[in-house]
Amino acid sequence: MTSTAGSPAQEPEAGIRLEEVGRAFGPTVAVSGVSLTMPLHGHLSIIGPSGCGKSTLLNIISGLDDPDEGTVEVLGATTPDDRLRRCAWMPQRDLLLPWRDVLGNAALALENQGMHRKAARSQVTGLVKRFGLSSFERKLPHQLSGGMRQRVSFLRTLVAGKEVLLLDEPFGALDSITRADLQFWLRSALLEEPRTTVLVTHDVEEALLLGDEVVVMSARPGRVAARYATSFPAGASRRELLRLAEFTELRDELLARLEEAS
Amino acid sequence: MTPAPGTPGLAPPASPDAKKASARKNARAAARRGTPVWRRVLPPVIVLILIAAIWDLVVHLGHVQDYIFPSIENVFRSLFKNWSGILASATWVTFQEMLYGFLISITVAVVLSLAVHSSATLRGAIYPLLIGSQAVPIVVIGPILAIIFGYGISPKLIIVAISCFFPIVVNLVDGLGSVDPDLIKVMRTLDGSRLATLFRVEVPSALPSFFSGLRIAAVYAPIGAVFGEYAGSQNGLGYVLIQATPQLNTDLVFAAVLLLTVMSIILFALLSFLEKVCCPWAGKGRK
Repeated sequence: MTSTAGSPAQEPEAGIRLEEVGRAFGPTVAVSGVSLTMPLHGHLSIIGPSGCGKSTLLNIISGLDDPDEGTVEVLGATTPDDRLRRCAWMPQRDLLLPWRDVLGNAALALENQGMHRKAARSQVTGLVKRFGLSSFERKLPHQLSGGMRQRVSFLRTLVAGKEVLLLDEPFGALDSITRADLQFWLRSALLEEPRTTVLVTHDVEEALLLGDEVVVMSARPGRVAARYATSFPAGASRRELLRLAEFTELRDELLARLEEAS
Repeated sequence: MTPAPGTPGLAPPASPDAKKASARKNARAAARRGTPVWRRVLPPVIVLILIAAIWDLVVHLGHVQDYIFPSIENVFRSLFKNWSGILASATWVTFQEMLYGFLISITVAVVLSLAVHSSATLRGAIYPLLIGSQAVPIVVIGPILAIIFGYGISPKLIIVAISCFFPIVVNLVDGLGSVDPDLIKVMRTLDGSRLATLFRVEVPSALPSFFSGLRIAAVYAPIGAVFGEYAGSQNGLGYVLIQATPQLNTDLVFAAVLLLTVMSIILFALLSFLEKVCCPWAGKGRK
C-alpha cells in the first residue's frame, strides 16, 4: 500500500513514551504513575488482572483519551489530535459495519481520508486476497465466521496506514483454535511489517508470542509491576515456541507475577 | 508499509472458516425454504375468514338491522355499488392526503432528528416542543386549520404530518444515538470526521429503527387524513363517513372503513418491503 495522507515523518528512535501518567474517572483511579518507553517498530504486550487500566492506557496512547497527569508522546506527537493521527485502535469485538461487504469495511479508512469509494475498494483488493479472504470480498460480515471477521477488522485497521497499532485483546472473543491461528498469523504479519504495536491481553502466551517486551500491570490503580524482554527465534512455529524452555520459564514467571499483582 | 505481494506467511489457513461460512449459508437457505409464501399468507387469511364468518353468523342469526350492523355481503355490495360514484374518487383524495402528508412528515422528521442528534443545545431546545406538539388535540386544531387554509388539501397535509412525525423522530433519534460507542471510537482512529461518522456509521445503523418509526407512523396517516376531512372537506373517505353516518348508511360507512384499512395495510407492507431492500443486513448475525 502506498502511504496516504497523514503519514508522519518521524525521528528514527522516537517511539512511544509515557511519563508518570495518571487517569481517574471520578473517584476511581484507573492508572497512576505509569512510565513506559518503547522504541519505534517495537512490539509491547501489556498484561494484568482485569480492571487494571490496560484499556485506559491504550485509549490514552491513541489520543481517544487524555491523562489527568503526566505526559504522553507518540512518535513526537503530544496532543490528543496528533496522537489520533498516528494511531489505529482495534478493540476485542470486530465492530465491522454490517451493511458493508468485506471490501467496503476494509476500505473504510481510505474513504474517510477522502478517497473515492471505487478507488478505495480496488486499492484494498490485493490486501484482502493476501489476508486469505479472496472469494469473500463481497460477503457481508454476518456471512463470515468469527475468525474471518476479526481478520477483516485487523485489515481495516492496517489499511488506515497508521504507524502505531493498538490492539485491545484482539482475539479475546474467538475460540481457542481460531485464536491460536490468528496469533501466529499476526506474529508473522508483524515480523514483516514495520509497525509499532501495543497489545493488551490477559492471555500470557499471547503476550509472549506477540510482544518483544511484556509489561505486567498491578491491580487498580494500575501501575507497571514488572517488565520483561523476550527474544525467541523468529522462524519458529507456534508449537516449537510453546516447547522452548525459555518460553515456558518466562510464562511461569509471568503467571506468578500476575498472581501477585491481582 | 505492507510486504511485497505473494508473501506466503500472511495467508492464514482459511479452510475451517470457509467451511463454517458455507454451512451457515446452507442453513439460511434451508430456513428460507422452510417458510414458503403460503405458510405466511395462510394464517392471517384463516383468521380473517373466521372473523367474517362469526360476523355474518351474528348478523343473520340475530336478525340485526343493516343500519345497525350490516352483513359482510352488504358491505361489499355497497362497496361495488358506490365505487365508481363516490368511493373511487374519495379513496384517491384520501390516498393523496395520506401519502403527501406522510412524505412531508418524513422530511420534517429527518431534518429535526439530525438537528436534535447533532447538538445537545438543539436537543434541549427542540425536544420539549416535539413532545408538546403531540399533546395538542388534533380534534381541536383541525377546524382551526380549516378556517385558516379552507377546504383544500393543505390542512389535511398538516394534520397527517403532525400525527405521523413523532414516532419517526423518536425512533430515528434513538437509532442515531444507539451506535456502539466503541465503533465511534474506531471511526475516530480511522480518520473519520464527524460528518463521515454520521453518514457512514450512524445513519446506516439507524435505518432499521427509522423504518420501525415509519411503520408506526403509517398507521396514524389514515387517521390523520380522516380527522382532517372531518374538520372540513368536500371529498375523501372522511367526508363519505361524515355524510353516511347520520343517514344511517352504515354499509357505506363500513365500506369506507374497509378501504382505509386496506390502504393502511398496503402502506405498512410497502414500508416493510422497502426495509428489507434497504437493510438486508438487519437482524442478522447479532449476538
